[in-house]
Amino acid sequence: MLAFIIRRVLQSVLVMLVVALVSFSLFRFVGDPISSMVGQEASIADRAALRDALGLNDPFLIQFARFVGDAVQGNFGISYRLQQPVMELIMSRLPATLELALVSGIVAFIFGVGFGVYTALRRKGWASNTIMTVSLIGVSLPTFLIGVLLIWVFAVELQWLPSFGRGEVVSVGSWWRTGFLTHSGRLSLILPAITLGLYQMTLIMRLVRAEMLEVLRTDYIKFARARGLTNRAVHFGHALKNTMVPVITITGLQLGSIIAFAIITETVFQWPGVGALFINSVRFVDVPVMAAYLMLIALIFVVINLIVDLLYYAVDPRLRVDRAKTRH
Amino acid sequence: MAEPLLSVRDLIVEFPTRRGTLRALDKVSFDIQEGEVLGMVGESGAGKSITGAAIIGLIEPPGRIAGGEIWLRGQRIDNLSPEAMRRIRGKRIGMVFQDPLTSLNPLYTVAQQLIETIRTHMDISEKAARARAVALLDRVGIPAAARRIDDYPHHFSGGMRQRVVIALALCAEPELVLADEPTTALDVSVQAQIIDVLKEICAERGAAVMLITHDMGVIAETADRVAVLYAGRLAEIGPVREVITAAEHPYTQGLMGSIPTLTQTSDRLVQIPGSMPRLNAIPQGCAFNPRCPKVFDRCRVDRPEAIDRGGRRRVACWLYDGVKQEAGNV
Repeated sequence: MLAFIIRRVLQSVLVMLVVALVSFSLFRFVGDPISSMVGQEASIADRAALRDALGLNDPFLIQFARFVGDAVQGNFGISYRLQQPVMELIMSRLPATLELALVSGIVAFIFGVGFGVYTALRRKGWASNTIMTVSLIGVSLPTFLIGVLLIWVFAVELQWLPSFGRGEVVSVGSWWRTGFLTHSGRLSLILPAITLGLYQMTLIMRLVRAEMLEVLRTDYIKFARARGLTNRAVHFGHALKNTMVPVITITGLQLGSIIAFAIITETVFQWPGVGALFINSVRFVDVPVMAAYLMLIALIFVVINLIVDLLYYAVDPRLRVDRAKTRH
Repeated sequence: MAEPLLSVRDLIVEFPTRRGTLRALDKVSFDIQEGEVLGMVGESGAGKSITGAAIIGLIEPPGRIAGGEIWLRGQRIDNLSPEAMRRIRGKRIGMVFQDPLTSLNPLYTVAQQLIETIRTHMDISEKAARARAVALLDRVGIPAAARRIDDYPHHFSGGMRQRVVIALALCAEPELVLADEPTTALDVSVQAQIIDVLKEICAERGAAVMLITHDMGVIAETADRVAVLYAGRLAEIGPVREVITAAEHPYTQGLMGSIPTLTQTSDRLVQIPGSMPRLNAIPQGCAFNPRCPKVFDRCRVDRPEAIDRGGRRRVACWLYDGVKQEAGNV
């Protein structure tokens, strides 16, 4: 078990190094950082001096090592556009994105599993057919369209919910500002969370349904029924747990993509998160922000994957091979 | 005669399909007495497993019981509500499936599965259920049961898993155990052990067994009586020794004749020509008539009813119509 964790962490570090390399090459190949930093009237000599002072003439490996060293300490330099440390910028906007992703992830998981189980158990009912049909729409409609439609219905026509922004936020701790604690903050969260989570929900639902139907056909479910266990025990104790093994993987990966692809939802709803920050930095070729965002998203993916692998172990005893070897 | 433990009367099981309704079981009747071992033999598709599934109320939809009755100790059970039937499963009728490798839920320990089953049917504490589970595992021959009980199914070998399955089927003291080819998936060397364990433990608890198999050897050693199924119909039923040594139905005779013996040497195994008809193409009259060496006109027109041959022996064959007296008092 420990060996497994160490191996996985080492693999993660390797992945991060590769991403760092990509990130780093952004600086080298997307425009010349010097021309972004100095005015048009700087002389060639000034530029060369600055280049030298910033260490841009050093060998590639040394520069890369410096970049990685700084990145590990959370130092991604100064934003070209906003003239603030990149890390500060990201940290100030990260809570918005994480809160949005977390809520939509939880909503997607709960409703996805719930609907999936329901449609698997009541395969022929009209409710199942309705859910399945609606889910097809959820899978096929693009996110921005869902967002715009929701805004039109709930913000413009019904005027129940705000159409943009985060509402009022409250500071918790030194840098985390949350929207959970205010009424307007919670209201503002509803539409973006649905927009972001709808696709994931339908995906999880269809996966749970397919897996559940598969599991319900297995011998151990028949045997569980033959032992007279209640339907509840058979469906939720025996079938659902076996369904969860593949579902956990997909859900974990989906949580990563919820965070990474919050960009569209954040743009539609003017949500002040890192996705919106990234879009703006792309528009203004703000390379340090882009590089830091890339690293951050990679880190989130890697961490989630690690957690998913550990959850696997928790759910499926067959993977705990070390124990099986010693006893037989 | 005492009231039978299980009584199956004219059982019909049908599977509606797009191309018409298939009759998997057609008017099958038999009894199982208290503590008796009834062997159920037949080719694949003859309806052996469907009979078991019908008794325990687990026929997979769209299959359904289309006619007949099933009585368990005087109580009719084929028309019970799902909840009432669930209470009978495991508690009064236990079932052992064919493949022990897939019968156990891989994500739960043996203890969890045993305790869950025991506590579903008996109002006892977790601790008492666990003690009972350990005793049961010990009884079915799991070494170091107290320690092994917390292992997962994948920690056990096939034969050990089938012992666990037997323990699970028996943990609420059922009166009847349906064993659906319990040794088919096992290594030859452990088949006999499993059958012994099953037979012993059922005898000890007074549970009757319906042993579904196509292995005549197992039937000969284990069963008190044997029922032979052919194309969803009962061909012959009777005490195992009589059926084996003096089979009356031509199909049973063919079946017994095809068992190789050590004393006779021959180059080819004896076989019954042809194959069992598909369920959608069962011939008129006796289902066996196209393959029967003793076929005569009546067999092609009328379906033979089970003819009582005395000594709890019944044969569905026109050869014995009206001649019951001569063999009646064996």
